[in-house]
Formats: sequence, C-alpha cells, structure tokens
Amino acid sequence: MSPALIAALPFLGAVLPALLIRTGRSHAALAAGAVSGLALLGLLLHLPAALAGQVITAKFDWLPWLGLNANFMIDGLGMLFATLILGIGLLIILYARFYLSNQDPVGQFYTYLLLFQGAMVGIVLSDNILLLLIFWELTSLSSFLLIGYWKHLPEGRQGARMALTVTGLGGLSMIAGMLILGNIAGSYDISQILLAKEAIQSSDLYLPALILILGGAFTKSAQFPFHFWLPHAMAAPTPVSAYLHSATMVKAGLFLMARLWPVLAGTPEWFYIVATTGLITMLIAAKIAIFKDDLKALLAFSTVSHLGLVTFLLGLGTKVGAVAAVFHIINHASFKAALFMSAGIVDHEAHTRDLKRLGGLRHLMPITATIATIAALSMAGIPLFNGFLSKEMMLEEAAHTAWLGSPYVVPVLAAIAALFSATYSFRFIAHGFFGPVRDDYPHKPHDPPFGMWASPAFLATLVVLIGVMPITFAGPFVQMAANAVVGGDLHMHPIKHWHGVTPALIISGIAVVGGLILLASFKPLKAAWEATPRPEAKAIFDWIVGACGAAADWITATLHNGSMARYLTLFTIGSVAAGFWAFSGGGLGPETREMLPITPVALVGWVMLVTASASVVAFHHNRILALVLIGIVGLIVSICFIYLSAPDLALTQISVEVVTAVLMLLALNFLPKRTKRGAGPLKHVWHIAIAVVTGLGTGGLIYTLMMRDFAFETMSKYHLVNSHTLGGGDNVVNVILVDFRGYDTYGEVTVLGIAALVIFALTEALLNGASSKKLIAWRPDVPRAGDKHPIMLLVGTRVMMPIALLVGVFIFLRGHNLPGGGFIAGLVVSIALVMQYMASGFAWTQARQKVYYHVLIGLGVLAAGITGIGAWFNGVPFLTSDYGYVKLPGLEKFELATAAGFDLGVFLGVVGSVLLALGGLSRLARRAAVGAEPVHAHIIAEKPEARSPEQPGAFPPETLLPQRWAQARGYTSARQDDADTKPVKAKKTKPTEAEEQ
Amino acid sequence: MITYALIFAIGCYALALLFNLYRVVKAPGVTDRVLALDTMAVNAIALLVLFGIWEGTAIFFEASILYAMTGFVATVAYAKFLLRGDIIE
Repeated sequence: MSPALIAALPFLGAVLPALLIRTGRSHAALAAGAVSGLALLGLLLHLPAALAGQVITAKFDWLPWLGLNANFMIDGLGMLFATLILGIGLLIILYARFYLSNQDPVGQFYTYLLLFQGAMVGIVLSDNILLLLIFWELTSLSSFLLIGYWKHLPEGRQGARMALTVTGLGGLSMIAGMLILGNIAGSYDISQILLAKEAIQSSDLYLPALILILGGAFTKSAQFPFHFWLPHAMAAPTPVSAYLHSATMVKAGLFLMARLWPVLAGTPEWFYIVATTGLITMLIAAKIAIFKDDLKALLAFSTVSHLGLVTFLLGLGTKVGAVAAVFHIINHASFKAALFMSAGIVDHEAHTRDLKRLGGLRHLMPITATIATIAALSMAGIPLFNGFLSKEMMLEEAAHTAWLGSPYVVPVLAAIAALFSATYSFRFIAHGFFGPVRDDYPHKPHDPPFGMWASPAFLATLVVLIGVMPITFAGPFVQMAANAVVGGDLHMHPIKHWHGVTPALIISGIAVVGGLILLASFKPLKAAWEATPRPEAKAIFDWIVGACGAAADWITATLHNGSMARYLTLFTIGSVAAGFWAFSGGGLGPETREMLPITPVALVGWVMLVTASASVVAFHHNRILALVLIGIVGLIVSICFIYLSAPDLALTQISVEVVTAVLMLLALNFLPKRTKRGAGPLKHVWHIAIAVVTGLGTGGLIYTLMMRDFAFETMSKYHLVNSHTLGGGDNVVNVILVDFRGYDTYGEVTVLGIAALVIFALTEALLNGASSKKLIAWRPDVPRAGDKHPIMLLVGTRVMMPIALLVGVFIFLRGHNLPGGGFIAGLVVSIALVMQYMASGFAWTQARQKVYYHVLIGLGVLAAGITGIGAWFNGVPFLTSDYGYVKLPGLEKFELATAAGFDLGVFLGVVGSVLLALGGLSRLARRAAVGAEPVHAHIIAEKPEARSPEQPGAFPPETLLPQRWAQARGYTSARQDDADTKPVKAKKTKPTEAEEQ
Repeated sequence: MITYALIFAIGCYALALLFNLYRVVKAPGVTDRVLALDTMAVNAIALLVLFGIWEGTAIFFEASILYAMTGFVATVAYAKFLLRGDIIE
C-alpha cells in the first residue's frame, strides 16, 4: 500500500464512525478499527523491506514552486512510529468501546480519534518538512477536540485550550525554524535535508533554527518549562490520555528530534540544550509524580519524566544514546499505555482515581492488578521487564557523560531521577492495589469484561516478552529504527541483561532500594511536600493569557475607539503622507501628452461636478439634500465614463447609483435627517485643511499622471492583443474579469456573498435580539402621507418587470463581446426586483419569490467554482476559459464560451447579495411597523417556509383600488359602511357558502 | 445640416442641465430638488442619444436605455422616502 494512502486512510475513514453511530456504538467502533487495521496491514506489508533497510517512497508534486511536495516515505523510524500509532490505536479503539458510556457521543469520539491518528501517521511518514508542519498543526487541532471531548467539564475545556495554546505556539516557532532549515539545506524534502549536515551545522543560522525547532518539539513533548499542559490534558477520557500520552501526540516531539538527529545533533549547542532540558524534565516531573494522588496525574507526570529521559538520550548525540532512545520509546509506549488503561479501569470500576481512597484492589480485581503491577514494575526498572533494559542503557550512557567538565553532575541527577521513578512506580502499585481491602470505595470494584482488559493485557504481555527476550521481540525493530535515526551504518551491540557489575547496575540497585525506602517514609515526605510553597503552572498560565487578552483589548480600544472621523483623519493623513514621501523620492519625467480640447459640453459637465461637490460641502447637514447632490455627481461620473469610452464602467456606475440611492434611503429612514455640528471651530479648521490638502494632492497627482505616458509598459496592451485569441471575447473588460483576472473576480463574488450574509446576520440579530425592543419602540420622525402602494406605481413597475429582465438577459449574453456581462446584468435584474419590492411591498413580492437569496449566492459561488474546476478536465489551470463556435439550424453561427458559466456565477452572486442585503435592511422598518406581534411574523420572514400560509391576492392587501374595479373582481372593502364611496382595501375574500347559494 | 442641428440640440440640453443644477442647489423644498434631479437624468439621456448620433455609435443608446429604465427607480425611491419614510414596506 502506498505510504500516502496509509496516511490518508484514517482521514478518509473518519467519516465512517460519524455515520455508522446511527446503527450502534459497536458498528462505529468496528468501522474505526477496520480503518486502523487496514492502514496497519498496509504498513506491515512494507515491514520486510524496511527491516532490510530500504526506504519506500511516494512522491506527488503539490506546490513545487513553494517547495511543498506531498512526499511520503517509510523508513525505519517512520515504520516504528507508524506501527506504534496504528497498533496502539487499534487497542485504544477496542478499549474505548467498553470504556465510554451510553451518554457519550461515541461516533464523534472515533471520528476525532481517526483524524488524530491520520495526522500522527502523516507526521511520521512525511518526507517534506512543510507537509510535516501541516500534519503537525492537524495533531494540535485534533488533539484539542479529543482533550475537550467531555465538553460539559470545565477542566476538559480549559485543558484542551491550554494544550492547544502551548502546542500551537510551539508549532508557530517550529514553522519558522523549519523554514530556516529548508533554506539552509536548499530543499524542504527531509531526505535531502538529511544529506546537508555540514552546511547546516556550519551555518550562522544553525542556532536560531535549532532553538525554534526545539521550541516546537519541546512544547509538543511537554519538556520543562512547557510540561504543565500535559497533566491538565488528563481531563480527557482515559482512552484519549492513553493514546495521546503513551504512543502518539507527546512522542511527536521526540520523533522530530530523532528525525532531524543526523543533521542537528552532535554539536555542543544540541547537547547542552537538549540533554540538559531532558535531564531537568526527567528529574522535576519524577519528583512531582511521587506526590500526586490522582492515578492519572501520577501517570501524567511520569510520562513527562520519561519523555525527558528520551530527550536526554537523544540530546547526548551518541549512536548508543540514539539506540537507547528508540528502545525506550517502544518500551514506554507499551507499559505506559497499559498503565493508563489500568488506571481507567480502576476509575471506571471504583468510580475514583484517588490513591488515598484506593488500596487492596489486588483482591477485588486480580486481573487488572496483575496487568498494572507488571507495567508499573517495568516503569520502575525492575529486571525481566522491558523498562529495565532501556533504563539500564540510559544510566550506562549517563555514567559516561560529563557536563561542563564535571563527570558527576549527570550520573547523580540521573540516579536521583531513577530513584524517584522507582518510588512513584512502587507507590502506584502499593497504594493502589496492595494493602487491606477497604469498605469505603465509592463503588464496589471488580474486574471489567474481557474487552476492556484485553488491550492492556496484550501490552503487558509485550512488556514481559521484550523484557525476557529482547533480541527476539524488539531487536530487529530497534536496529531498524535506530539505524534510520543515526543515518545508517549502525553496528548495534546485542541487548543484554547482564553486563557485569557496571555503574549502571549499581545505580539501578540504589534506585530500587532507595525507592522502597522513600515509599516507606511516604507520609512525612508528603507532609513536607504539602508544606512547601511551589509555583502553580495553571495560575501562571491563566495570568499570562489574561494579561495578553487585556493588552490586546487595550491596544484595540486605544486604536479603534469607534470614531469614524478619527479613522478617516488618520487614514487620509497617512495616505497623503505616504504619497508625498513616494513622490519626493522619485523623479518626474517631462510631459508627453497634449491637453484635450475643452468642449462646451465638457465644460458644462465640469461646472455641474464642481457645483454639486461644493454644494454637498455646503449643505451636508441636510442629509437628504446631500444625497440628491451626490446623485448629480454620480450622473456626471456615469456620463464621463461613456464620453471617455468606458461604456462598461458607465453601465455599472448607472446601476450602482440606483442601488446606492435605495440603500442610503433605507438607512436614512432610521437616521437623523440632519447632522449635528460636532466638532469645535478649531477642529473644524483642521478638518478643512486636511480635506483641501488631500483634494489638491489627489487632483495634482491625477493631472500629473494623465499628462505623461507610463514609465513602464502597461498590462493593457497584453490584454488588448490576447483578449480574443486567449479569452475568446472582444470585450476586453469582460475578458479580464472572467478570464485574465478570473481568480480576483471569484474572490470578489465570494466576498460580496459573505458581506451580504453578514448584513443578513446582523439584521437578524437586530430583529430578534435584545435591540429589537428598541426597534419596536421606534416611531417615524417625519409625518407619513399617501398610501403604501400607489396603484400607478404598482402597474408601471409590473409592466417594466419583463422588459427589465429581458434587458438583463441581453446584457448578460452579449457581455463577452460588447459592453455588459454578469455583474451589470446582475445589478439590472436586482433593480428590477427592488422596483417590485418598493411598489408592491416586501411581503407580497417575497411570497412570489420562490428561490431563497442565500441559495442564489451559494449557487453563484458554486457555478463560478465549477466552471473554474472544469478547466482541469481540459488539462489547463483553474479558471482558464475555453470557447468554440456552434451552428444550430435556424440560427446564425454563435460562440459558446465557458466563461459564460463563470459569468452566470457572478450574475447569481450579485443578484443574491444585493437583494439579500437590501431586503435584510428593509426588514428593520417592518419590524418597527408590525411591532412585537408574532401574527405578522411572515411580514419580516426571509425564508420561504416561514412565509404567510394564506395565498395573497394579485395586489398587496393595503393597496387602495378603485371601488368599481375591485367589486367586479371580488375584492371587498375592509369597512362595509363606506364601501360605495371610498376606494376599497384590496383584501380578497373567499366566497362563503351562503353567498354561493 | 444635421451637424448644426446636433450642435443646437446639444447646446439646449447642456443649458437645460445647468438650469436643473440651479434648481437642485436653490429650491424651496426637497421635492423640487428631487424633481430637478429626475429632469436632469432625462436631459442627460437626451444628451447621450445626441452624442450617439454625433459619434455614430450604438453604445451610447444602450447606456441611455439603461439609464431610462433604472434612473427613475431612484426618483421613485426618493419620492417614496419623502412620502412614507420607508421605501420598502
């Protein structure tokens, strides 16, 4: 099976448990297990090759110009880790099936677990560091979901956030480090980087890269001082803890250090940073673990300690150290997963994990006790269990390591750590399982069903088998992985139990005896521990996060104080200053263009533009007047566009002007009709000065630009020449929009849709949220006159409707070759529909509007996207258009371009967005009009299904119809007494039975 | 001959636009201004058509058609706003 497929399988399979949970929890578990099992099988098929030292690769170019290739490889190290991840994953899936209760969303659990598994397998099989980074971030995200799986527990949520923050920040640091590393090596492929040892270690950027990468590895692997997140992640269900903290998540950091070991290790910097951190972590975490009463907390700190141990071994930079590290990774994964699962069983059966409330379980749950004891003895480093062998190797290495010239520091600290490690392991056994049977357990414990203890029992068997016969059961595996770590040519000494009386054996003996002594004197030690003050990591973390939040709030509040005038001032001054700075730095060529002759009509336009602009300034306190005056500006600008040969722009501008006017008027309904004079006289002068300087500057700049040819050749020529041949259209503006710059347009349509949806969401909140009370209490500030839906307007717009739609279709169809296109057509059709809304009312029009505007927006983006993707099937890049000529009988030969599909997307997007936004805003006024009465909900409802069930007549109910006309067509008056004199309300009544008779 | 007629007509409409402008800027009420703006749009349409004849291109006509079709919507919106406050009821 291809390595890429092995990494992809868990992701693909993640959907299965989510679907199959409907048929039962066992099916979901079975599906997850089948996916993991299949991936494991595919992996193990490569085992013979990997054992023979071969590397299996699968390469796909993804974004080659970025150096990001989807390259996967299975070498010894990847093989080992992938086997651990998938193998222990299988055991966890089985265990979780029995561990999780009926109330837990099990389908979600397995989906998250598979996502996480896929991300982990991706990390260990990546042959490209950028790809690895992607999977790295995916593990952070998916582990967040897993740790926070019990959403109802605040500890779970906080723990998940803390894990995400710490590992996420580490991930950021690692991205920077990896980019530096790839830059030095000249490639982002790991197999290439591993060949560039000299170049990397002699580079000036070696140290920064090393520190940044280690930032990622240390946070992920919970090394001091980032170790605090791991114990808090214990709020997760036990299967998660067992998986994340024995075989996978926290091992990712170790994996990374092992992966880059050939190029990063071996320098003094590496030794002092990595080995020292590992040693400190090993020591501190082991000490804390002794005093933890919670089984899982004890195991969590012991995990941190063991991670420190492996980090220390990798940090030594020796080949023997690397072998020991790999071996301990295998051993730790086996005994720690078994321990976590045993702790979970105890919690599950006794309903507590508190060591103070446990004890004597050996008699009540003998199977669990046996498993836990075997695993814990291995953790303590007792001979004939696998933990002993690798711990022995570690101590042997430590005994020969000098630190800053001193030969004693490392061995002594390692010995103390080993002693602490033995202590907490013994305590786990003694306080949990030994001692007298108690009668005050929260729940009477007994051994769980087979399915639950099968997984830990399997692991415990491995612990013993490797412990007794290391060469048979682990030798080839360790050889294979260690060989990959050190970069080949490894001559491994056989793993032995007896090396004679070495320093390591002496330290081991001291550790075991000392551990027993410490355990015997546990009570006074615990009292002393309780009495000493120590920093609480969670409090510090919360304080830092709080401080960051407060700082961000302060900066936001200071810069973003809500005053529009201030933003505009700053923005304008900034732009002018930037323009001035740019202008003062460069040279200015001679004028190369002639002034065009000033025709009298152009002069009239100019006079109008200037007068209107000046009048806006003069009359801006009267908002409606300002709006009318801006209408003149829009008019002149549109005519200018036509006059200066930009018909596309003109058509767009004409339509936009109308939509803008409608939008502004909708808003103005709720706004004060006059602007208050806000600023004082001094500020006023200041604002005038800014406005004048900016206006003159902009005008001057435009004049200067227009009087000269550009210094460099413009893009326009390319567009003009290639529009027909490449884009198949003669309207260059449209071809640019749908083809040359199609990606931009695609983004714009999407953004337009998002903006409309945001407006909709905001108005929805206004309509139904707390502020709707304000809206309901709102009363119009100007007197109302006339009727709502004048019949002349009503009839006029209905006659206009088909014509307007036809014009829209026409403009759309010919847009590719002549002025027009999807955008303008969309605006025209929107205006046609807005006319109906204005003339016949929202409710009446909406009842006849069968398609939901949200759907239109979605369809638009989809149509544009699908057209773009269609280009792939043609073997060309996204959004490359194609065209051809078609001859149908009875018609002239005509052109069909794929760009039309894209343009259709633009069209739908524009129609949906404009109407959703305008309709949404107009609902505010109706909310104010109908008040809080739920009966009228349909008047403001947006969704088709929420609309009025009653079929409205041909006219909105409020329309005043001529009386004789109305009577002839069955419309009755709302008020019977004056039916013959007054126009009647257009409410159509059903003929009753009596009338029919 | 058509040239002179065109020049004369364009001159008239340009002058009309200036008068409209005067009415927008100086008027007894907002209603007059909205009406003047609407008339201005009508005159602009006429101007566009005349330009189209002058230049001999059809694009100007299309712009004027579009203007004629959509321009009045803004006027309607203003009118409805002045009468009712709420333009989409």
